[in-house]
Amino acid sequence: MIEVKALRKTFKVARREAGFSEAVKALFHREYEYIHALDEVSFSIGGGEMVGYIGPNGAGKSSTIKILSGILTPDSGVCTVGGRTPWKERRAHVKEIGVVFGQRSQLWWDVPVIDSFELLKEIYSIPDSVYSKNLSELTETLDLPKIIKTPARQLSLGQRMRCEIAASLLHDPKVLFLDEPTIGLDAVSKLAVRDFIKRRNQEHGTTVILTTHDMQDIEALASRIILIGKGKILLDGTLDDIRRGGEHIDETVAELYKKFDV
Amino acid sequence: MKLYLKYFEIHLKSAMQFKGSFFATMISQFLTAFTVFLGITFMFGRFNSVDGFTYEEVLLCYAIILMGFGLSQLFASGFKVFDSMIGNGQFDRILCRPRNEIFQVLSQRVDFVRLGMLFQAVVMLVYSLVTCPVDWTFTRVLTVIFMIAGGFVLFSALFLLDGSIAFFTIQGLEVMNVFTYGALEHGKYPLSIYGRKMLTFCTFVVPYALIQYYPLTYVLGRADRLWYMFLPIIACLFVVPCWIVWRIGVSRYKSTGS
Repeated sequence: MIEVKALRKTFKVARREAGFSEAVKALFHREYEYIHALDEVSFSIGGGEMVGYIGPNGAGKSSTIKILSGILTPDSGVCTVGGRTPWKERRAHVKEIGVVFGQRSQLWWDVPVIDSFELLKEIYSIPDSVYSKNLSELTETLDLPKIIKTPARQLSLGQRMRCEIAASLLHDPKVLFLDEPTIGLDAVSKLAVRDFIKRRNQEHGTTVILTTHDMQDIEALASRIILIGKGKILLDGTLDDIRRGGEHIDETVAELYKKFDV
Repeated sequence: MKLYLKYFEIHLKSAMQFKGSFFATMISQFLTAFTVFLGITFMFGRFNSVDGFTYEEVLLCYAIILMGFGLSQLFASGFKVFDSMIGNGQFDRILCRPRNEIFQVLSQRVDFVRLGMLFQAVVMLVYSLVTCPVDWTFTRVLTVIFMIAGGFVLFSALFLLDGSIAFFTIQGLEVMNVFTYGALEHGKYPLSIYGRKMLTFCTFVVPYALIQYYPLTYVLGRADRLWYMFLPIIACLFVVPCWIVWRIGVSRYKSTGS
């Protein structure tokens, strides 16, 4: 389903020391540093898999997700999702995927959620019958009937996240990218979100790629883990592979980060 | 088109949520344009003509430019806030959707308060159409329509270029306002009054003169060249280089934050 080979992405970042005189100097002469966000990243993910993509902040998780979802163009390397190169056939590609950014909303702020859904129906040209079927299924499983009539800005974070997930699944995507979907959610909402993602994967065979810092997410959802650090893939295996047994999942991962020095 | 209407509906609904501020800003837009109108009127209280153009003729010129500008502000204002769309990740979202990026940026924002400006333009246009001593033939009416449409396209292209610059600087450059607001400002008078050099610049570099001065002289019967009426259409070619800059920007897009 997803093939990634030797992907590279470098960002140019301006650097300067603190202080006013340094700021003035930087106006005329800037020093740049090259950050290798992705350095020869390769992996492959089959259809229907649920993969947890983890790593410390700034490891390259979001860059990978952004390349896979057609937002960024990599410097070099090969990447195909369902046979298409995301940044070359962007429009055909994004019809087949759903993306949820935990920290960013895709709902229109001032209008009821249902209006956003209706708009997405037009954007993705979803046929009426498919739309009404998906809408009723999603509103039922995510328990949305009451809240979709409320403007997005008046929803709680948990309610909004459920709507975000529904919004990204209206067009029946084959692949779902979740970038920190449980960030800031309370315990009940987290469980509801995890439960839903799991069901979606089992019932629809949706391929799920999930980045998170919440290891309980990984424990509950991902059978496979890809660990990235400083732009390189450090580990690719199952949860059991990295566990010595007995200890808490957070400790396991902290141990891993230390081991790889990331 | 159906999708754009859908967006339009959402924006209208959003705008209606804040009625008070909506109407206040709309009225202020009208007043801003109205003061410029007063400025022209007072000036003609002292002088009878500017570079041979009468009061009514200058009003016609200003009305046409304001109309084109107002329309592009109404529909293409998405580009004006494009730097913030990059900053807050809205453009990431746009790229995740199976529609043309430019279309989506345009539909992110419909600036209804500009209707105030457009209202002023319509009033002036009607007034000058009636009072201008012009023999309104079919081709002349068509030329005025071309001028308005050409102005709309040209200003929109400049907003597109302005927005594209945000790809390279992350924040927009205020310099571009020279060409947009600046053009509205000095475009209220026929461009010939600023002299030869300015006219050349506005013909070949940023082709304002093609939507304003030349077709205007045809409409007013000062130049008997029918082909002047098609110059606004040629001015629309200005979109092409702006679009190329945009394409380069998209392929170099860096995104921000996590």
